[in-house]
Amino acid sequence: MSMKASRLINRILTYGFLGILSIIIIYPLLVTASSAFQATNMAAFTLKLDANWGLDNFQRLFSETNYLSWYKNTIIIAVAVMIVQVTLVTLSGYVFSRYRFVGRKYSLIFFLVIQMVPTMAALTAYYVLATVLGAIDSYWLLSLIYIGGGIPMNVWLMKGYFDTIPREFDESARIDGAGHLRIFVQINLPLVRPMLAVQALWAFMTPFNDFLLSKFLLRSNELLTLAVGLQTLISNPREQKVALFAAGAVLAALPIVVLFFFLQKNFVSGLTSGGSKG
Amino acid sequence: MSKNETNHKQKASLLSIIPGLGQFYNKQAFKGIIFFALFLVFAIEMALTGFQALEGLITLGSIPRDDHSLFLMIKGTLQLILSVIFLFFYILNILDARKIGALRDRGEKINTKTLDILKNLWEQGFPYIFTFPSYILMAFIIIFPVLVTLFIAFTNYDFQHIPPFKLIDWIGFENFTNIFFLSSYRATFMKILVWTLVWTFGATTLQIVLGVVAAVVLHQKHVKGKSFFRILFLLPWAVPAFISIMGFSNMFNDSIGAINAQVIPLINHLPLIDIPAISWKTDAAWTKTALIMIQGWLGFPYIFVMVTGVLQSISDDLYEAANLDGASALQQFRSITLPMILFATAPVMITQYTFNFNNFSIIYLFNEGGPGSIGWNAGSTDILISWIYKLTTGQAPQYAVAAAVTLIISAIVIAVSLITFKKTNAFGNEEMM
Repeated sequence: MSMKASRLINRILTYGFLGILSIIIIYPLLVTASSAFQATNMAAFTLKLDANWGLDNFQRLFSETNYLSWYKNTIIIAVAVMIVQVTLVTLSGYVFSRYRFVGRKYSLIFFLVIQMVPTMAALTAYYVLATVLGAIDSYWLLSLIYIGGGIPMNVWLMKGYFDTIPREFDESARIDGAGHLRIFVQINLPLVRPMLAVQALWAFMTPFNDFLLSKFLLRSNELLTLAVGLQTLISNPREQKVALFAAGAVLAALPIVVLFFFLQKNFVSGLTSGGSKG
Repeated sequence: MSKNETNHKQKASLLSIIPGLGQFYNKQAFKGIIFFALFLVFAIEMALTGFQALEGLITLGSIPRDDHSLFLMIKGTLQLILSVIFLFFYILNILDARKIGALRDRGEKINTKTLDILKNLWEQGFPYIFTFPSYILMAFIIIFPVLVTLFIAFTNYDFQHIPPFKLIDWIGFENFTNIFFLSSYRATFMKILVWTLVWTFGATTLQIVLGVVAAVVLHQKHVKGKSFFRILFLLPWAVPAFISIMGFSNMFNDSIGAINAQVIPLINHLPLIDIPAISWKTDAAWTKTALIMIQGWLGFPYIFVMVTGVLQSISDDLYEAANLDGASALQQFRSITLPMILFATAPVMITQYTFNFNNFSIIYLFNEGGPGSIGWNAGSTDILISWIYKLTTGQAPQYAVAAAVTLIISAIVIAVSLITFKKTNAFGNEEMM
C-alpha cells in the first residue's frame, strides 16, 4: 500500500470516527434542548425543524411549578458547600503534602478507604439523624453531608497537586523568617489557583448532581433542589410536563456548562498531576 | 550519677490520670486549666446522659412505645464516638505530662507562660490545627452513619419491627447467613450480584476505551479543529448527569421515545438495514444494553480529558527515536503511548470502576431498576446499590438486610480497590504505602 493511500485511509477513519462520536454526543442534548422551545404538551422529546418555536414552556415553568425556588435552594446549598469544602480540603491537602506528623500515614489510607464506602451505607443513619435533629426539609445537615462526603477524595487530589509545587520556595521563605501561615497563604496558595478553581467547581456541582440524598431529606415541594424537583416533572409522562422539564433542564445546565468551559484548561493539569503522581 | 535526682516524668504522668493535674505539677497552669475543664465537661456529660446512652446501645430498650430502639442506637453511637475522641485526648494528656516531665528532668527550659504555650502549640501543632475541622466533620458525617449501618446489620430491624411500637433486638449474624443460605434471598442476591459485575465491567470499560480512543485519535498531529472537538467531547460531563439520564429515559421510551420514533427510522433509510422498534424499557436485556451505552456516553469525557493531558505531556523525542528505529505507528502506540497512559491514570480508572459499582442515579433514574421483578423488591436491572435503596424504601422495608448487603458490598469494593491500588503501584511515589 502506498504512503498516500494509507494516509487517506487514516484521514477517513479519523474524521469518520470524530464525526460519528460528535453526532452521538450532540443528538441527545439537542433533542432535549430543542424540546424546551417547542409547542407544549408533548409526551416525549423529539427533534423537529418545523415545530412551533416559542417560550411557552418557560412561562409555564415559572408559573405552574416551584422552579425558581428549586433553583434558589440549589444555589444556596452549592455556595455553602463550595466555600466550606474548598477551605477544608485546601487546608488538609496542604498539610498532608508539606508536613510529616504522627497519624499522617494512617489518615491518608483512611481517606482512601472511606471514600469507597457508598453513600447508601449511611442513608438510614442520616434519615434517623435528620428526624431526631429536626433536619428534614432543612439544608444545614444536607450541606454538611455533601461537604463531609467530598473531603476524602478531594484531599487526595489537592495533596497531589501541592506535591507538584517545589518546596524550595518554602525553604527560602522560612529562612527569611516567614511563619507557617505566611508560607501557606502567600507562597503556596497562589500557585495552586488552577486546582482551587477545579475544586470550587466540583464542590459547587455537588447539589446539582446529587439525587439520592436530597430525595431522602427534602419533602416539601418548594424546598426541593433542582434534581429532585425536575424529576417530579418527568417521572409521569401522562402529566405532559416533559417540555417543562426540558425548559428547566436548559436553564439548570447552562450556567454549569459555561463555568465548565471557562475552567476546562485547569482540569487537565488538576486531574493528571493530582490524581496520579501522588 | 546525679541523673535521677528529680523524677518529674513519672510523677507528672501519674498525676495526669486526672487530666490537668500533671500539667499543674509541671507548672503549666494554663494547659492544666484547659485540660481539667475538658475532663470535667466530659465527666459531667457522662454522668448526666453518657452512661445511659451507652447502656441504651447495648440493650436497645426494654419497654415498647417508651423506648425507641433506633433513637437509643443513634444516641449510643454518638456517645461512643464522643468517648473515643475523649480517649484520644486522655492519652494525649498523659503523653504531654510525660514529655514535659522528661524535659524538666533533663533540666531544660519549659514554657510556663500562657503566651509561650500558645505559641508552641501553633508551631508544633500546626498540621493538627489545620486538619482538625476535617477530622471532626468526617467523624460525624462519615464514621457515625457507617457505624450505625454496621450496628443495624446485626439487628432484626425491618417492617415487622418498627420502633417505637416494637423493639429492635440484636440477632448476631442472622442477616448475613440468611443472604447466603436462605434460598430465596440467595437467588435474588446472586442474580443482582452477577448483573452488578457485568454492569460495572461493561460500562466502565466502554467509557475507558471510548475515552482513550477519542483522545488518541484527536491527538494525531494532522487533525484539524482540535479545540472544537475537545470542547464538544466535554459536553456530556458538563451537563449535570441527572438531566442527561432523565432525558435519555424519555428518549428510550418504547412507543414514543425519540430513539424508536426518530433514530431507528432514520437509520433504516440506509440500504440493506431494517431494524424494528426495540423494547428498551420492557425487555431486560435491552434495558441493560441501553444502560451500558448511556454510561459510556456520560463517563467517557472524564477519561478523555485525563488521557489528553497525559498525551500532551509525553515528549516528542520518544516518538522521534521510535521513528528512527523504524517502529510502526501501532508499535509506537503499544510500547510508548499505552503504557504512559495506563501508568498515569490507573488510580483514576480504578475509581471509575468503584463509581459505577455504586452508580445509583443511572439505574434508578433510567428505568427504576425495571422492568419486571426478580423477588425481594428487586427489578431485573437493579444493581446492589439500587436494590438496597428499594429494600429500605419499598413496601415492606428490610432495613437490617439492606444494611448487611451494604456492608458486604463495601467490603468487596474496598478489598478489590486496595489490592489493585497496590498492584498497579498507583501511589508509588508516596512513601507511605
